[in-house]
Amino acid sequence: MTTSTPTTNKKIESVPGITVRLCGDSGDGMQLLGTQLTNTSALAGNDVATFPDFPAEIRAPRGTRAGVSGFQVQFASESIFTPGDTLDALVVMNPAAMVTNIGDLRKGGILIANEDGFNDKEYKLAKVESNPLEADVIDQSYRVVKVAMTKLTRAAVAEHGLSTKIADRCKNFFAMGLVYWLFGRSLDPTLRFIEAKFGKKPDIAAANVAALRAGWAYGETTEEFSESYQVEAAELEPGTYRNIMGNQALAWGLIAASNISGKEMFYGTYPITPASDILHELTKFKNFGVRTFQAEDEIAAIGATIGAAFGGTMAVTASSGPGIALKGEAMGLGVMLELPMIVINVQRGGPSTGLPTKTEQSDLLQVMFGRNGEAPMPVLAPRSPGDCFAMAVEAWRIATECMVPVMLLSDGYIANGSEPWKIPDMDELPTIKCSHPEEHTGEGPFLPYARDENLARPWAIPGTPELMHRLGGLEKEDGTGNVSYDPANHQHMCDTRAAKVAKIAERIPEQDVNGETSGDVLVVSWGGTYGACHTAVNRCREAGHSVSHAHIRYVNPLPRNIGTLLKSFKTVVVPELNSGQLRMLLRAEYLVDCIGINKIQGKPFAVSELVEAISKHTSTQSHSKAG
Amino acid sequence: MNLPVLKAADFASDQDVRWCPGCGDYSILAQMKKILPDLGVPREKTVFVSGIGCSSRFPYYMNTYGMHSIHGRAPTFATGLKSTRPDLMVWVITGDGDALSIGGNHFIHCLRRNLDVNIVLFNNRIYGLTKGQYSPTSTEGQVTKSTPMGAIDHPLSPLSVALAAEATFVARSIDAHVQHLGKTLKAAAEHKGTSLVEVYQNCNVFNDGAMAYAQERKQRADNVIELEHGKPLIFGAERDKGIRLVGSHLEVVNTADVPADDLLIHDANDPNPSIQMMLARMRYPEMPEPIGVLRSVAGVSTYNDQINEQVTQAKAARGEGDLAKLFRSGDTWEVTA
Repeated sequence: MTTSTPTTNKKIESVPGITVRLCGDSGDGMQLLGTQLTNTSALAGNDVATFPDFPAEIRAPRGTRAGVSGFQVQFASESIFTPGDTLDALVVMNPAAMVTNIGDLRKGGILIANEDGFNDKEYKLAKVESNPLEADVIDQSYRVVKVAMTKLTRAAVAEHGLSTKIADRCKNFFAMGLVYWLFGRSLDPTLRFIEAKFGKKPDIAAANVAALRAGWAYGETTEEFSESYQVEAAELEPGTYRNIMGNQALAWGLIAASNISGKEMFYGTYPITPASDILHELTKFKNFGVRTFQAEDEIAAIGATIGAAFGGTMAVTASSGPGIALKGEAMGLGVMLELPMIVINVQRGGPSTGLPTKTEQSDLLQVMFGRNGEAPMPVLAPRSPGDCFAMAVEAWRIATECMVPVMLLSDGYIANGSEPWKIPDMDELPTIKCSHPEEHTGEGPFLPYARDENLARPWAIPGTPELMHRLGGLEKEDGTGNVSYDPANHQHMCDTRAAKVAKIAERIPEQDVNGETSGDVLVVSWGGTYGACHTAVNRCREAGHSVSHAHIRYVNPLPRNIGTLLKSFKTVVVPELNSGQLRMLLRAEYLVDCIGINKIQGKPFAVSELVEAISKHTSTQSHSKAG
Repeated sequence: MNLPVLKAADFASDQDVRWCPGCGDYSILAQMKKILPDLGVPREKTVFVSGIGCSSRFPYYMNTYGMHSIHGRAPTFATGLKSTRPDLMVWVITGDGDALSIGGNHFIHCLRRNLDVNIVLFNNRIYGLTKGQYSPTSTEGQVTKSTPMGAIDHPLSPLSVALAAEATFVARSIDAHVQHLGKTLKAAAEHKGTSLVEVYQNCNVFNDGAMAYAQERKQRADNVIELEHGKPLIFGAERDKGIRLVGSHLEVVNTADVPADDLLIHDANDPNPSIQMMLARMRYPEMPEPIGVLRSVAGVSTYNDQINEQVTQAKAARGEGDLAKLFRSGDTWEVTA
């Protein structure tokens, strides 16, 4: 097949960035469309950020509001950190998609509607009384482009002799072609994708190509558009880039950590949204020595993980909040055994089954304290899809240096979002040294709980002569590891396990700050809210406010300069997608009052809502200064 | 090369054994220490993994590697360990509460995966460590601390559960029948795949004599039938009783009354578990209870072999993983200064 994109003869307007959302029924292929647009935009050199949003049901009832599946992409010629707040363009395949999303389209924005999806039956399903496209307010507020996508697609694919049902499935490629025309995207990457994906079904491949080209040609010929838009390449740091999703980056980070530490990996898990994609990704890489184990439940998954760690393997388990709850007892055992392993929590909306496909960051206190007894664990939180790679490597470095299970706290927003990722050079990756004692040295019996300067004990593994020892969840006597009920020893061991985690502060970087290190307002955030907080703080600073931003990636222990930093600002503001969990920790630890900006709606922060909330505190500050 | 000859005492750890005096566990510990030197596996290659319960203190008393894990989950720890370290001989030590109640799920999955580990299930039909509540194997109507009017649950048979999970090695022995116990443990160790040995074990504090019919030498001959592969099913102090298959059930006959050919011949190697299941369902007092190896089927692939074989295959087909190549797979683009 030819892989060339035709050139437009219409006027091209250059714009700094575009935010577009594609919405349809959950069977309409919107996620595929969005992913293709993202990759194509990234390949065009734009900075990109994405936000997929889909129902929890596999196929929610067709045509209903509950069944709307959406994918938002922002692509820009400057660095961006979020998928955008308001939309420049909205593509809707049916009335339900329109009414649930139109509120986010900016005034004057482009609304592209598949008018074949608008009929009496669909109005009923979407619970609207009449055609929402016909409302005066819509015409007055937006540039409405109605396209008979279903009819045009059927005509475009007619020669390939597909059934109507199959032909209609190609309409997302028609929509894609139109969107590509509108934003000057190359068709080539998607043509390559079609070839790779449908190469074995030539008629389907040919039909999708025909639909894609028809969509593009429609944009070029229709009177509706007199111009298309061009977004120049962003000025990113030099290097080789690829687009990467959060869960994929986590998987790759784990593979990298395994590789550079000379360890093969064991990954024990039980499927759960939104963590399952880590398993799907890892299981492709058995040639990297990755062994994946799909267990019978979450407890078995972490049990097997601990067993593998005992055997001397790089051991990892992952889940989401409800599964992490099940793993609690075994994590406590991991803390007692003092074996290195990684526990990943890809958070979703809770409590209980909650909102499986929606994002939230309300498991922070769960991972900090959700174990019986005093069982401290280090907690790391990546801030973006690409950062998942780096933090996975960090988690393994800390786990092995300190002989401790490490918690890695991601969320659904990071997991499913994507961004350009600068491919690291191999020599940029840190070295991780894993060693196991090979023989018993010194006087007396082997001491499995002897400690080094990190308070780490030796990782002696079965198979090594003369180092036989028994581990378990009954309190250990320091040094020998024998069962001990001695009160003073229990205090000592609890203190030691806590001290070991606290000492990690010496081995992690100090907290960095975007802005000055003192002033009126310090915004402190963690996890997936990084992009929104970073962009909001930059806007506040551009508006002349004294605002700085500290985004915490090492949550436990906190970086050693955090206390000083908090005390250097008049007001500390902590935005979180929970009711104030980091705020509680900071207040408790540093006795600094912190003000929360909190939202629990299963949705990420919009930059505008943060700017407004943060500005309130700067204006209060200026006001009080004036007064 | 002359390898050091190990003795039972070499497998004893320096820890004091703290089971109640007279506990059946002592016998199992003694038999285990006795058979291990014969297996030719070095101490450092031997690992005992246990859950929670009286039996699960077992690893502390062995001078091998060991892990005392969490309640009911020992098979899961063994799964991760054996999958990544197939070179080790792994034993799972568990009890009736541990394996069948809280750990019922993991017990079944370990067996159906045919992980190459040996599970020794100490069955005393009572909760010992939590001091006397009924267990999943307690008899119906049993009065315990938590069932003053008698247990209303129907008991679970570990052998039936194991056969239903298509376990490749299923056996039963008795703490007091030491020679038989040692022989059975050894057969289990030599089996490739998951082996289950249920051991009738007396809890002389909370359920004393519950299985006296099988444990006491005088009664045993009439109440227990010792299975041997290829041999007819004969039992009784006078060896005057046998088992015959009639239609789809088993019946006890006097050997004097029936031709020898009519007696059931035990086939432990039969991949079809139907008759083995009938044997597993024989209950005192209506029937003699079987001990010995009910089932031993060779040649079934193990989970640990397969998980490692897939890695070997992937490496052979695609070469050892190359990180730099992985990072650059798919669409990439250059940004120049």
